[in-house]
Amino acid sequence: MATSNDLSGLRVAVTGGTSGLGLALTRAFRKRGAAVAIVARTAEAVERVARETGAAGIVGDVGVKDDIYPIALQINGRLGGLDVLINNASSLGPVPLRLLGDTDCEDLEEAIAVNLVGPFRLTKALLGALAASAREGRGAVVLNISSDAAVNAYAGWGAYGASKAALKHLSAIWNEEQAAHGVRVLSLDPGDMDTALHALAVPDADPASLKRPETSADELIAAIVAALPPQRAAQPVGGYA
Amino acid sequence: MIAANRPQSGSRLLSLDAQGLLREVSATQLPRLLRRGDVVVANDAATLPASFHGVHLPTGEAIEVRLAGKLDDDAARFVAIVFGAGNYRTRTEHRAPPPLLRAGDRLLLGSLVAEVERSIDHARVIALRFVASEAELWSGFAAHGKPIQYAHVVEPLKLWDVWTRAATMPMAFEPPSAGFALTWKMLDDFAARGTEFATLTHAAGISSTGDAELDKRLPFDEAYVIPESTVRAIRRAKAEGGRVVAIGTTVVRALEHASRNGTLRAGRGVATNRLGPGTKLKLVDAIVSGVHAAGESHYELLKAFATGEQLQKMTEVLELRGFCNHEFGDFVLIEREQSRTTTCVFADGNARMRYSNRGQQEGLRS
Ligand SMILES: NC(=O)c1ccc[n+]([C@@H]2O[C@H](COP(=O)([O-])OP(=O)(O)OC[C@H]3O[C@@H](n4cnc5c(N)ncnc54)[C@H](OP(=O)(O)O)[C@@H]3O)[C@@H](O)[C@H]2O)c1
Repeated sequence: MATSNDLSGLRVAVTGGTSGLGLALTRAFRKRGAAVAIVARTAEAVERVARETGAAGIVGDVGVKDDIYPIALQINGRLGGLDVLINNASSLGPVPLRLLGDTDCEDLEEAIAVNLVGPFRLTKALLGALAASAREGRGAVVLNISSDAAVNAYAGWGAYGASKAALKHLSAIWNEEQAAHGVRVLSLDPGDMDTALHALAVPDADPASLKRPETSADELIAAIVAALPPQRAAQPVGGYA
Repeated sequence: MIAANRPQSGSRLLSLDAQGLLREVSATQLPRLLRRGDVVVANDAATLPASFHGVHLPTGEAIEVRLAGKLDDDAARFVAIVFGAGNYRTRTEHRAPPPLLRAGDRLLLGSLVAEVERSIDHARVIALRFVASEAELWSGFAAHGKPIQYAHVVEPLKLWDVWTRAATMPMAFEPPSAGFALTWKMLDDFAARGTEFATLTHAAGISSTGDAELDKRLPFDEAYVIPESTVRAIRRAKAEGGRVVAIGTTVVRALEHASRNGTLRAGRGVATNRLGPGTKLKLVDAIVSGVHAAGESHYELLKAFATGEQLQKMTEVLELRGFCNHEFGDFVLIEREQSRTTTCVFADGNARMRYSNRGQQEGLRS
């Protein structure tokens, strides 16, 4: 896959950057020289990944209204602006997964708060920074991490699937509205990956049948780079092997 | 005037055009008052949660620290105004003074510790330095800082109340409040009408210290950054006879400061200029501002755009029509009087162009 290997100067925020796909994205962006801010709820994990990768660590819960602006403040302050926002943090809803008829309303609300309302709020708070980046010719991309559960109806995946379907449609409308301002909004399915979330949802899955999150991260970075202005995408290839 | 006591509640706009004509519209109609080729420039600074309640450690007394400006690029150093016990519900002029603040005193502000470096010519103004890493500084701001707030707004403000739609770098100590007029729909309307939109980032300072003598020194020096793309947009507009419409006095201050030598330059600067009746504007043709009562410092700034007589007439209409003032109130649009011409010169290859507010241009040899 033709991905740009030198992303120095790019400013990226990744929610859920301490595990699974988010961690793989954080490592891959850092290797390519991008400045990264990560957001997750567990302070120790945030600190560990920040130390390991040199990312700016931010502790916060994207499902909590009062956390969003403090998160946005720290992202803009630590990175000096923002080019790429990846809404990756996600809630499965009830675990173990439940049929809709057995799902508590509160569990559905929680999935929607984290998977739909959180990305909406954070995008809205950071839209000024993203549009400023686009005006300056740096480009701007929001990537909302989707799932095949957003398009296919799987029994037991009601809370998660409904929230992801709504996020996918929200992304498409954001993208229509923001095209004129140079902010691209993508919604992409990373595929079934061997992560903590997958193990929670499908405890008896054979890890060998699953994608490595690193593979998905590389594919997603290629898609982000393709959505940025060509000048940036054409930056010289660095030493990343 | 009626004090706007809820966040971002402004919805009306009174315009004073270059002929001295007044016209009232809904604030959403701003794009219809502008022309193809005009460029609108807004301040996209996000507002810091710049008020911290804490303790003056040497005495154990409660204090409120309001960050108010920068002295240099050191991320941890600030100019601050310090009050004694109490909060925004008491009018600033009635706030208790802080305990005696000496160099080396430590202040405990939530999870952050700051050290007093020195007092700056006033018992309530200090230079302070947070004893914190960059990460601790920002997480401390996020956790314990609150937006600076005044008594006319009753409910405690949240950060979302003080960020405009354009908010990006957190540099402002109080909101660049004329920017509350902007919506994404409005940006689409600008584009549809051929009006460009551009931004700069200017660290809008505090508007009141509670001390009349000190208030006379406002605004303090304010840092700004003007992107290359904004300079290009302004140059394009001027070349086509368009006007530069500043959203807020901070934008006027930054643009006029950055073009003080006759050429608008991109990049960083520190605005030290003051705007007022005597200001000869070099670049800006019109301003969108909040509503200000006669006598306020912001009102004086508007005299750079219109005569005292015109502003007086405007104020009477604002009173009569029940417009709301203060940072969350309604808006005015003031076009510079036709007789006052702009004089900014752009270096453009070998040819130099001089512009007037009527869009005339003449080539000058450099
Ligand atoms: N794994 C798959 O097979 C698969 C398939 C399709 C789509 N996806 C999508 O891929 C994305 C990443 O999933 P993953 O499998 O990598 O998950 P994961 O390994 O469980 O990691 C989730 C990350 O998000 C953080 N997080 C969870 N809730 C949060 C909240 N409310 N606020 C802030 N951070 C929060 C977690 O840290 P804390 O717990 O400390 O907050 C962690 O860093 C998700 O959007 C998921 O829906 C995954």
